[in-house]
Amino acid sequence: MSILLKNCNIVNFDKTINGDIFIEGDKISQVGKLDIKMAEVIDCSGKIVVPGLIDMHVHFRDPGLEYKEDIETGSKAAVAGGVTTCLPMANTKPVNDNSYITTYMIDKAKKVGLIDIYPVGAITKGLDGNELAEIGEMRSAGAIAFSDDGKPVMNSEVMRRAAEYIKGLDGIILSHSEDKDLAGKGVINDGKISTITGLKGIPAEAEEIIIARDILISKLTGAHFHFCHVSTKGSVDLIRYGKSLGLNITAEAAPHHFSLTEDELLSYDTNFKMNPPLRTREDVEAIKNAIKDGTIDCIATDHAPHHRDEKFVEFDLAAFGIIGLQTLVPLTLELVRQNIFDINHFVKVTSYNPSRILKLNDRGEIAPGKLADLAIIDMDKEYIFDENLNRSKSSNTPFLNKKLKGINCITIKSGKIVYQL
Amino acid sequence: MNEKEILNRYELDNIIVRLSFQIVEKLKDDTDYAIIGIKRRGAILADRIANAIFKFKNVKPKVGYLDITLYRDDLTEISDFPKLLGTDISFDVRGKTIVLIDDVIFTGRTVRAAIDAILDFGRPKKIIFVSLVDRGHREFPIQPDFVGKYVPTNIEEKINVKLMEIDNIDSVVIEKRG
Amino acid sequence: MSLSRKDLTGLIDVSKDEILTILETAEKFKEINQREIKKVPTLKGKTIVNLFFEPSTRTRTSFEIAGKRLSADTINFTASASSTTKGETLIDTVKNIESMGVDMFVVRHYYSGSVKFIAENTRAHVINAGDGTNEHPTQSLLDLFTIKEKKGRLEGLNVAIIGDITHSRVARSNAWAMKKLGINLKLYGPNTMIPKDYEPFGCTVCSSIDEAVEDCDVIMMLRIQLERQGIALLPSLKEYSKLFGLNKDRLKKAKKDAIIMHPGPINRGVELPSLLADCEQSVILDQVENGVAVRMAVIYLLTIQNANQKLEA
Repeated sequence: MSILLKNCNIVNFDKTINGDIFIEGDKISQVGKLDIKMAEVIDCSGKIVVPGLIDMHVHFRDPGLEYKEDIETGSKAAVAGGVTTCLPMANTKPVNDNSYITTYMIDKAKKVGLIDIYPVGAITKGLDGNELAEIGEMRSAGAIAFSDDGKPVMNSEVMRRAAEYIKGLDGIILSHSEDKDLAGKGVINDGKISTITGLKGIPAEAEEIIIARDILISKLTGAHFHFCHVSTKGSVDLIRYGKSLGLNITAEAAPHHFSLTEDELLSYDTNFKMNPPLRTREDVEAIKNAIKDGTIDCIATDHAPHHRDEKFVEFDLAAFGIIGLQTLVPLTLELVRQNIFDINHFVKVTSYNPSRILKLNDRGEIAPGKLADLAIIDMDKEYIFDENLNRSKSSNTPFLNKKLKGINCITIKSGKIVYQL
Repeated sequence: MNEKEILNRYELDNIIVRLSFQIVEKLKDDTDYAIIGIKRRGAILADRIANAIFKFKNVKPKVGYLDITLYRDDLTEISDFPKLLGTDISFDVRGKTIVLIDDVIFTGRTVRAAIDAILDFGRPKKIIFVSLVDRGHREFPIQPDFVGKYVPTNIEEKINVKLMEIDNIDSVVIEKRG
Repeated sequence: MSLSRKDLTGLIDVSKDEILTILETAEKFKEINQREIKKVPTLKGKTIVNLFFEPSTRTRTSFEIAGKRLSADTINFTASASSTTKGETLIDTVKNIESMGVDMFVVRHYYSGSVKFIAENTRAHVINAGDGTNEHPTQSLLDLFTIKEKKGRLEGLNVAIIGDITHSRVARSNAWAMKKLGINLKLYGPNTMIPKDYEPFGCTVCSSIDEAVEDCDVIMMLRIQLERQGIALLPSLKEYSKLFGLNKDRLKKAKKDAIIMHPGPINRGVELPSLLADCEQSVILDQVENGVAVRMAVIYLLTIQNANQKLEA
């Protein structure tokens, strides 16, 4: 089967060209002014074509918590958002701390057949922070990255040994940076809004302390640490410093952390409750600049589906997190509209950089020989993101029923059209 | 809207005096009595009647002021927010004859509320009721003991009692609507 | 002269005029509380449920008396964790009781914001009787009522609130209200009990108790708990009393006629010694007395106003 994309604005991380894309099988075979017949033709005029987005941080809740999301609905939400590769986190039930779960997840994703997933293996058994999980077996089964995400590895000795071990397997550590004791029972950022609302605060330092520690453990071990959902100015400064030392560290930020501030919490709306919490305007500006200057390498959604019953409760009892796969494109395009960076940088932080961090060199670019993973995006379309558009099993996002600008229209995964608006 | 005066200040003064005599005559030897005016204008009339009684009896009767807002039977239906005026009854009503005074009697509901309110202060010996104007249209079986002036009215009409203390003029007018 | 709101969840969004209306109305209700028959028929047939998820005998009793004196039927529903452990959510509980024809909920809850959450999800009126460390609006209103009664005014007074500011809903409600009323508020307490970012309070945070008490018309001491959610905030109560408690010498720094307040219950000998708790300047029992009138006023103003809005609609 072959597809010809005509009249494309082909956006790569380094340049934009006008032309056509010819897809044969699961790969891109030609790019340029093409005159090919005998193929399905899609006219892409007025839209941009970008390499399929790679989301390094999602929660698909499968196995065990399928009432929130499963690999099928998660995949559907992903392709609707233009995302063709996902790294689902290990905090499933049971935890993905062994190769059987890893294999189950990969097999199920293959059966669904919409996206590629690379399950994140747990660092410690049961995410208990003490005993190393069977990292090697999971690596062999297809896991690239390892994390206890949702929880930190509080014991520095355990983290050191994990780092050494994972480095030997050519894996990556995704650091959920949170000092559990300092964060305590906090539910929002510690600052002006926690003072006003009486909600318990989580200081920025709870994140920064562990980022500082893991930068040092990277220095100690040489392991690749990737910092998840960086949310504070202090974290950005630490990562910038770590990178200046030439350490093997990378970082991601979530769209909500550059789109929203803690001020939203004055409403006590649980859809604004996330971990790390929404921070101050100053933090938001620091995150945006860090994405621009490369201190933060990529954008990952931390797509965290929760059932309505887990959000429609007292604020302190509500689950942390929001869904994000389908708001990734419009919220990140907002930074392009704000002239923080250009559209090529958009591709860099949503696709190219993640592909390089994960060493998935078969994707992240639109070029002959690369996987035909593509998203065709209408940058200017304004719409209400409502339940009709939402493909996730859950609806926990403050952007539901809000006006957004920019939408993914068609997703092609390995040469197959997997989503059409 | 047009207004027609039905009592001027002189007529009003005369009525106050007449009502005072009627009250004293009715009470006869009963000296253990007190006057309670219904806020706002009934309270002012209560003071005036008490002063009038003092002029010819040389004894000033005790006067109390009653806000019946909390006793209204239409409290949850009225359109204007009822401002609480406060009640001030500093004497014991138990065993006393209470002379209840209001400016206008209309449906009788205000008087009903006032009687209920007085009973919450204790059990008086009896209550007599005096109204400056009776405009008819009773909805409750309540009749005043003494009336200053009977004014037959249409249901749409309004009686406005204006008193110097709050309205800067003494006058009673009938207001025809439409 | 109106209170055009369905609920009273906090004082943060209540205007100066509304606060003054409540205080003025409460003055009228105080007279009823001094009668022999302390009851008016105003809210006959209305049902008020005191929905308490956190035990509090005194606040609940005060609300119960207030409701009863207005002739409302008051029912106490002390919800333990039991309903939530059975899998019922907070809103399930509220909706269930609401279905029985409830006109008003008076809610005490251990989580900040949950009273607002309930208010947004019920047709009934809701009064916040304390939610977590957020607000306790009627406590602040009765404090203000008492201050006005004793001092004859509110504007321009110097008030110090001393104790655990971070975890005090009384301090929060008072801070929002006092700012609007032109009261000069000073806060003081151990640094473990002062929020990191106290700028939103819009008042002075003092660095010593002498500074806090100096030239004050009102000194409000807050109840102290050694720990919060298992985190120790103080070495000992003994040390607290020495460093942060009120005593006779410290009181001398205040104005001669300064009044001493406390939301209760007092830890005698900790926040202040019995000598001061029971002295002439202490108005602690006046606060309790005024609480009933203030709560009657709030119940009355919310219930009556809404009935009128319904009619207009």
